Amino acid sequence: MITAIAFYTFAAILLVSATMVISSRNPVHAVLFLILAFFNAAALFLIAGAEFLAMTLVIVYVGAVAVLFLFVVMMLDVDRAKLREGVQRYAPLGITVGLVLLIELAIVLTGWTFAPDMMTLRFAPIDPAVHNTHQLGRLIYTDYVYLFQTAGLVLFVAMIGAIVLTLRDKGVGVRPSRHQNIARQIARMPAETLAMVEIVAGAPTQAFLKPLVVETVAAEHGHDDHHPGHGGH
Amino acid sequence: MTIIIPGTGATDMEIGLGHFLAVSAMLLVLGIFGIFLNRKNVIIILMGVELILLAVNLNLVAFSQALGDLSGQVFALFILTVAAAEAAIGLAIVVIHFRNRGSIEIDDVKLMKG
Repeated sequence: MITAIAFYTFAAILLVSATMVISSRNPVHAVLFLILAFFNAAALFLIAGAEFLAMTLVIVYVGAVAVLFLFVVMMLDVDRAKLREGVQRYAPLGITVGLVLLIELAIVLTGWTFAPDMMTLRFAPIDPAVHNTHQLGRLIYTDYVYLFQTAGLVLFVAMIGAIVLTLRDKGVGVRPSRHQNIARQIARMPAETLAMVEIVAGAPTQAFLKPLVVETVAAEHGHDDHHPGHGGH
Repeated sequence: MTIIIPGTGATDMEIGLGHFLAVSAMLLVLGIFGIFLNRKNVIIILMGVELILLAVNLNLVAFSQALGDLSGQVFALFILTVAAAEAAIGLAIVVIHFRNRGSIEIDDVKLMKG
C-alpha cells in the first residue's frame, strides 16, 4: 500500500517536472526541474530495488550533468523571447508524433507476453540475500569487465573531447600558448642552435656541440606572439 | 499486468512491471515532444535527450526487477555512463557553436550547407 502511494507520488512528480523541463520559458528553471525529475526517477529506482543505480543517478546526474547544464545555461547569453518563437509552428508536429508514439507504446504495452521459459534464460538471477551493490559489483567486475573498461574509455574520450573542443588558447598573457609551430620547427638549422666548442688537448674528444642559449623560453614565445596566424583559432 | 515472481524480492507489491512501463513510456514521449517543441534552444533539446535516456533506464530497471535478473541494471549503468559522456560532448559543442555564431538556434546550424 505504502509502496503504491510512493510510486504514484514519485511518478506524478516525475512526469510533471519533465513537462516543466520541456515547457518552461526560462532555461534555468528547466534545468532545476530536470534535477527534480532525476531525484524522482531515483526514488522510482529505489522502489524497483535498484539501490546502487538510484544513488548513482543522484550523484552522476544531479551532481555532475545537471550542474554542467546549469553552468552552460548561465554562461550563454541567450535571448529568451526569441527562444519561444518556433513553438506554435512546431507544436502540432510534435503533438502528432508524440501521440502516434504513445499509441504505439500502449499497443505494445497491452499486447505482449513473456516467453514461457524466461525464468531459465536469466543471466544473473537476483539473490535476495545479497545486497544490490555487492551483487552488481560482482557482476560488473567479472562478466562485464570488458564493457566496464570500455565505459571508462568512453568517459575518458568524452573528457578529452570536451576539453579539446572548448579550449580557447589565445597565446597571450602570463602563460603563453605552447602550440607547436611546425614551420618554424622544420626551418630550424643546426647553426642556429648549436655551437662548436674547442676542447683543450689531452681530452678524449676533440670538440663537441654545445647548445646555444640565444633564445630563452620568453624570447621564443615573444616571437610567436608576432605571428597570430597559428593557435587560438 | 502485474507480474510477481517469487524469490525476487518483489513480493506483496501491487506496483508491477506495467506501472513502470507506463511511466517510462510517458517520459519517453515527453522527451521526444520536448525535442520538437524547443527548436530554438539546443540546451533544452539536450535535456529532452536526457529524459529519453532516463525513460530507457527506467524500463531496464523495471524489467530487471520483474524478471529478477541483474543484467538489466548493469545495462542501465552503462547507459548512465554514455548519457553523461553525451551530455558533456553535446554541451561542449553548444558552447563552441555559440562562440562562433552567437546563437544556439537549430536553424542557425547550417554552416556546412547540409
